Amino acid sequence: MKYIDEFRDGAVARQIGVRIAAEVQPQRRYHFMEFCGGHTHAISRYGISDLLPDAVKMIHGPGCPVCVLPIGRVDLAIRLALDHKVILATYGDCLRVPASSGLSLLKAKARGGDVRMIYSAADALGLARRNPQREVVFFAIGFETTTPPTALAIKQAAAEDLANFSVVCNHVLTPAAITNILESPEVRKLGTVPLDGFIGPAHVSTVIGSQPYEFFAEEYRKPVVIAGFEPLDVMQAILMLVRQVNDGRAEVENEFTRAVTRAGNLKAQQLVSEVFELRRSFEWRGLGEVPYSALALRGEFAAFDAERKFALETKHVADNKACECGAILRGVKHPRDCKIFGTVCTPENPVGSCMVSSEGACAAHYSYGRYEEDPIKTAA
Amino acid sequence: MDEGRSNKPVKAGYVRPLDLKHGRVDLTHGSGGRAMAQLIEQLFAAAFENEFLAQGNDGARFALPPGRVVMAIDSHVVSPLFFPGGDIGALAVHGTINDVAVMGATPIYLAASFILEEGFPLGDLKRVVDSMAAASRAAGVPIVSGDTKVVERGKGDGVFITTTGIGVVPDGLELSGDRARPGDRILVSGFIGDHGMAIMSLRESLAFATEIVSDSAALHALVAALIASVREDVRRDPHRGIRALRDPTRGGLATTLNEIATQSRVGMMLDEAAIPVRPQVEAACEFLGLDPLYVANEGKLVAIVAPEDAETVLAAMRAHPLGRDARQIGAVIDDRNHFVQMQTRFGGRRVVDWLTGEQLPRIC
Repeated sequence: MKYIDEFRDGAVARQIGVRIAAEVQPQRRYHFMEFCGGHTHAISRYGISDLLPDAVKMIHGPGCPVCVLPIGRVDLAIRLALDHKVILATYGDCLRVPASSGLSLLKAKARGGDVRMIYSAADALGLARRNPQREVVFFAIGFETTTPPTALAIKQAAAEDLANFSVVCNHVLTPAAITNILESPEVRKLGTVPLDGFIGPAHVSTVIGSQPYEFFAEEYRKPVVIAGFEPLDVMQAILMLVRQVNDGRAEVENEFTRAVTRAGNLKAQQLVSEVFELRRSFEWRGLGEVPYSALALRGEFAAFDAERKFALETKHVADNKACECGAILRGVKHPRDCKIFGTVCTPENPVGSCMVSSEGACAAHYSYGRYEEDPIKTAA
Repeated sequence: MDEGRSNKPVKAGYVRPLDLKHGRVDLTHGSGGRAMAQLIEQLFAAAFENEFLAQGNDGARFALPPGRVVMAIDSHVVSPLFFPGGDIGALAVHGTINDVAVMGATPIYLAASFILEEGFPLGDLKRVVDSMAAASRAAGVPIVSGDTKVVERGKGDGVFITTTGIGVVPDGLELSGDRARPGDRILVSGFIGDHGMAIMSLRESLAFATEIVSDSAALHALVAALIASVREDVRRDPHRGIRALRDPTRGGLATTLNEIATQSRVGMMLDEAAIPVRPQVEAACEFLGLDPLYVANEGKLVAIVAPEDAETVLAAMRAHPLGRDARQIGAVIDDRNHFVQMQTRFGGRRVVDWLTGEQLPRIC
């Protein structure tokens, strides 16, 4: 495929691998967090770790929208489908997220809930147009990348007076999450979680630009390299991070110049701020309550806010006690440190959210990386 | 329903012909009465036409050639019913023939069961049945027994078809998924993922324009050619030849290889660069976030072959029109975890795991 294969060239990857190996300094360890699930997936799927020297360790970050979705929000979606009898439209990844009482949206569907898998916010709008006698609720998740299409769907619904359409907004913000990780006691207390730099998000950055990361780089002295989701992008970004660490620099660099500018997509930003406002606080699975980290519909669009329309309240639900998703999402633990990884918790029967999406650290490790561990714990 | 309009009194000796243009399936077509008899006679028996159906009995009685009997059954619920490169009728014939064939058997007879939904257009049913008849005739495997049921509107989705196949495998031929040994080679008979992506391209929420067509095909002639290519070698040394054949349908190539690895208690190492995927399929998968390794095929074979015979079998595959693009894609290795692993084109290594959840529902 033109414009794709060029970024998956194994020969070039090996050359970059050789460069990285040549430039890492002896006695030095490099711990980089890839914030995004898209990067986590690429690293596992293409076997990038095999091309890196031992001194470079990748830490999987919380940038997987499904993984950080708290149980209480999924419960809320299930109530909409089962009790309020709405057509609940959402992205495929959401369907298997484990909720309270052993339920998930997929299981709610089997119990008669009308749950539809969609590929875009526009599909949800289409459902509402085609089913005027039914309430259609779009359970919207995602970081800054998927927020503009949700905003557009809401504006469109308002323009068409589509009274049977509403949205449960779970859109969250990347910079708030990165700040939360950098402020966490594990990272601040030197030595608990070494973190030498970030691979910055690809698609998120096309919307918000590279500017929002400048604060972290400067304030926390952490280099950030924004990278595309192709494997060569990731390799190149790691090389750029190694060089920054070696030089003692902490800057925002942009590897993904073919899509990301400093200011980002102003039109999309404008659209988002027209429809959404900041929530004072929002619960993230793994990170807990994070201030100003998520969006809600503005008052002008209250008619399309499912939380108001159906008077829904989000209840906090604690994670399974054995589940280490929280620590894994903060980079404190590796999936293999979790007692139930690969035994009780598998992609078929996910206990924690990191096992649900293919972008989740546990699912990526389970699906692609298990061969590294022999003997492996298997589900018998 | 529409029939009402043309419903003149039935004269003695005259039966109203099936209205294939505007008529629809109704509950009488499954009631056991005259309407059902008419449907069977004018549509099914007429299309499938053979001596067994002509007898009008509840079953078919026949003798089989010497050897062991192989029997397989397959239900088909594909949506949409008609797709580029095929339809549910041809698929129902090919699917079951292939399940019999990959056991090493020559498929001999088929039986078919139809579950029709009230309101299903008779014209569409005729298209499906004609396509089945053509596929069965082309394959030389007649449909000798059948059944029809009608369910109320909303309880089915047009038509579901279950087919059963029967075949005979000669003594001494032991193809089985538990026979893979470390060192064996893994062959695939052509481009993977065509069927699944052809169906995907028509799905309501996704519809995209593409030239991808389903690979739906009967593979028994190809199987026979592969078995013949190593017959002499196997006669001399029973440890040689083809260990296992399988058609990677639902769950795709990855699922089939995981099944064989688990059955045989071995691992596998694939070479990503060797796996044939059409650029259109790769592009569509990329676009939809799917992995072609998990996308269904309906006219492809996976063969596990003793290393010394891999080249012979590969050459025999390529000599057949349905195996023109065959490739060797990897080897069986010793692995107590029974992982299917892959050397990525990028230079790394990864597990090719069992499919989790449902990648594409109702693909066959």
